[in-house]
Amino acid sequence: MTAYLARRVLGAIVVMFVVATLVFFMLRILPGDPIAAMLFDVEDPDAVEFLRTKYGLDQPIYVQYVKWFGHLLTGDLGQSIYGSRQDVTRTILEAFPRTMSLAGLSFLIAMIIAVPAGLISAVRKNSTLDHVVTVVAFLGLSMPDFWFAIILIIAFAANLQWLPAIGYVPIAEGLWPWFSHLILPSIAIGTPFAAIIARMIRSSMLEVLQMDYIRVARSKGLLNTRLILVHAFPNALIPVVTVMGIAIALLMAGTVIVENVFAIKGLGRVLIQGILNRDFPVVQGAILVVSAIFVFANLLVDVLYTVIDPRIRFD
Amino acid sequence: MAILNETVDGEESAGRSGWSRGAALLLRDKRAVVGLIILGLFSGMAIFAPLIAPYDPNAQDFSMMEGLSWTHLLGTDDLGRDLLSRLIFGTQISLFVGVSTVAIALVIGVFLGVVAGYFGGVLDNIIMRYIDVQWAFPNFIIAVYLVAVFGNGLMNVIIAISLAFIDDFARVARSMVLTIKEEQYIDAAKTVGASSWRIMWLHVLPNAAAPLIVVGTVSISYAILAEAGLSFLGLGVNPSTPTWGLILSEGRSFISRAWWIGVFPGLFIMLTVLSINFLGDALRDLLDTRETANIAAR
Repeated sequence: MTAYLARRVLGAIVVMFVVATLVFFMLRILPGDPIAAMLFDVEDPDAVEFLRTKYGLDQPIYVQYVKWFGHLLTGDLGQSIYGSRQDVTRTILEAFPRTMSLAGLSFLIAMIIAVPAGLISAVRKNSTLDHVVTVVAFLGLSMPDFWFAIILIIAFAANLQWLPAIGYVPIAEGLWPWFSHLILPSIAIGTPFAAIIARMIRSSMLEVLQMDYIRVARSKGLLNTRLILVHAFPNALIPVVTVMGIAIALLMAGTVIVENVFAIKGLGRVLIQGILNRDFPVVQGAILVVSAIFVFANLLVDVLYTVIDPRIRFD
Repeated sequence: MAILNETVDGEESAGRSGWSRGAALLLRDKRAVVGLIILGLFSGMAIFAPLIAPYDPNAQDFSMMEGLSWTHLLGTDDLGRDLLSRLIFGTQISLFVGVSTVAIALVIGVFLGVVAGYFGGVLDNIIMRYIDVQWAFPNFIIAVYLVAVFGNGLMNVIIAISLAFIDDFARVARSMVLTIKEEQYIDAAKTVGASSWRIMWLHVLPNAAAPLIVVGTVSISYAILAEAGLSFLGLGVNPSTPTWGLILSEGRSFISRAWWIGVFPGLFIMLTVLSINFLGDALRDLLDTRETANIAAR
């Protein structure tokens, strides 16, 4: 168990190192010139020279790499080269709680929809209810999340005017303002995610309900709800958790795009704005942090897996 | 593949290949039929776009943000362009990007997967370590990263999405090869002196086709969603080309006054993706490739 965990943690560190290195070198073979972007494409050799020296771009690339990596290890991601010249680390620290709030609430909403939907369609297999769940799940899977976000804005913000259409309010300014800004984007992200999870729960439950021990429990006269929730469901969750890493990655991909619909300045919006502004330090920092979240989520899922499945723990 | 090769009476029935029998079986599935009909409609729309679109997709007139009417069936956008015509032309880009990116990803991914699985050893290690790194990230995010590096435009978007999807194919191809290479007929081919390449492409690959067909089909829907997402974020093809994602993105500032600009592009995307998902699901049941379900979930 300890050896397994150590191997997984080491693997995660290697992946992050590879990603950091790839990000550094790939952004430097770019066709777009960051200095030109800073000068708004005005040609001025002196200014170009000054900026190249200032940002160390006149040094050999391996020197830049070592320096950059040194800064990275101390948590210094450099400065934005567009507009305010704000520290990238600060921008990301501001964005992080927004993305996490959004992802967390989306996950919660997805579970609230997916668990009952998956359980009902497994227990009432081939009933009308099961067919309805299947069709809705298919629609959820096929719908672009950013479009669903727009539909929600049209309905609840533009027409009914129940909820704000854009922006974010920190939780410190009150639970309702925070929640009211996040609920629409969370539904937009959570619904397609719920469709995936519901289908997984359904197929996994169907398998578990075939098992001998379930039949034994049933023949003992166990109550159906108890049988399903206490005996079958926890075991049905094991295969669901194995693919949860992939699913969480998908959820994060959803936040990246939906943040841009709702103008929530989370990591996704920072990343996309950075790309559009050719603001490479910001793009670099955002890619690293977003990647770190994926790698960490995968690691967490592996650890969780050993916790819920004793067969692995004692291997 | 097992189902495709199986015959009812144990013999090859005259005149019907495994493929046509497979197609007949597929058409018994309602999902497949619905999927194929919708997909057929959209393909026809893409091919005959210049003939069926009522207007030039970029022609502007003074009927800005006009609602649904007989002159403009799906209304007009903020510049007075006919929404239906723009969406019909948008079908071309979506389907082209969806199919071409998956074709490229399939060729590269399968090549890497087959080579890694067949030769094993150091080559396998190098290829799979890379694939594992890519596997840690969702395809859409990788496509965003790559567009950040390459810049936007149709070619770059195709390259970015293709590269983002190779890990799915490489993993499936490799795991299939690992099973298949232990089969007796591979030993037989080796004994008669067939070269590694010949064995890989003529004996191993055809038998790994079933799961690759399923992953390939479902990937087209994800590639279409990825293209729409990139266009929506402003990282897609040229702004003068009407694509579904771009139309949606341009229209989003006007949705409070003109809901149709926000609703219809997404409906087109959803119907296309839905039809491919139906088809993919039917194929998965027909070809019985349970393994691929997890990959398709991405």
